Amino acid sequence: MSGGQLTPPLADGDHILGSDDAPLTLVEYGDYECPYCGMAYPIVKEVQQHLGDRLRFAFRNFPLTESHPHAEHAAEAAEEAAVQGRFWEMHDTLFEHQRALDDTQLVRYAAELGLDASEMERALDEGRRAPRVRRDFRSGVRSGVNGTPTFFINGRRYDGDWTDPSAFLRALRATAEHA
Amino acid sequence: MTETTVRGAAILGAGTPAPEFTLRSTPDETLSLHTLRGRPVILVFYPADWSPVCGDELALFNELVSDFREYGAELVGISVDGVWCHAAFARSRNLHFPLLADFEPKGAVSRLYGAYRDEEGTSARALFLVDGEGIIRWSYLSPVGVNPGADGILNALESLVGGSAASQPARAGREMPAGGVEVRP
Repeated sequence: MSGGQLTPPLADGDHILGSDDAPLTLVEYGDYECPYCGMAYPIVKEVQQHLGDRLRFAFRNFPLTESHPHAEHAAEAAEEAAVQGRFWEMHDTLFEHQRALDDTQLVRYAAELGLDASEMERALDEGRRAPRVRRDFRSGVRSGVNGTPTFFINGRRYDGDWTDPSAFLRALRATAEHA
Repeated sequence: MTETTVRGAAILGAGTPAPEFTLRSTPDETLSLHTLRGRPVILVFYPADWSPVCGDELALFNELVSDFREYGAELVGISVDGVWCHAAFARSRNLHFPLLADFEPKGAVSRLYGAYRDEEGTSARALFLVDGEGIIRWSYLSPVGVNPGADGILNALESLVGGSAASQPARAGREMPAGGVEVRP
């Protein structure tokens, strides 16, 4: 027996950076309040920079809400930003402000990104994006995500080291060669 | 009776009646397995409160308590830690399911399930799904350092109960973390 398989595979509703033709697909299940995901954030950027067009990157929500009190609303804020067309800007803002993720701050980030802040406030109050976040979470559980961050390279769970960018790159390149 | 052996540890397998037990869940309450009869019960044996992997494992299961309830299932954690330790740990992690203290005689229940590690003196990292009649329907022994995730138990629960009210996404494969052992009928 070996590692998990991304289930379901990436589809239109996913947040994806990069081309469908890229030989490598990296998917992260992450939590905006998780310190390890915060550690992974610049590493993923570095890997993206190195691999350029050869990589597409997708992010799915996996908030551990009982451990991280702001994680759920942060994820919902990113999803609301996605509806307003600015997912990645919000994604980056959240990881760059991991210790400032209460509702007031989330609404402020929306305003700073030029989004409709009152829509953001209502979306958070009403839990409008909660079903989407839960869907991501459940897909993660079914895919064998056992903590955050969990990465999948071309659909297979990556259990190796991601904390060292060069090791992570080697693993990605090795997958590309066998793709 | 099915048994699977990994490095000397043998956990009870599918088809085996789940050994009855009564353990403390708080300083003044106990929980007996038979009181949960009629519902599926998920037993999560784990080595220790506070150790990082267990924290992750229990945090993940904690997030799924409502999903398990949709299947009518109860979730119970078991380790050799004492009740006060469990209480502090459960409070710190906001756990919404009972932790049972397999504390005196130490590890007795874990041993009954084959989920005890003699060298370390702790429970192994093992999962059991017990059906409403008290029969083990699925079990899994994970390498001690590896968080087993919850896909295995959810798949087992789904085959036991059938589709749930929850809108589940497409089923994942039955693959489990490397090195683990899944015991099926």
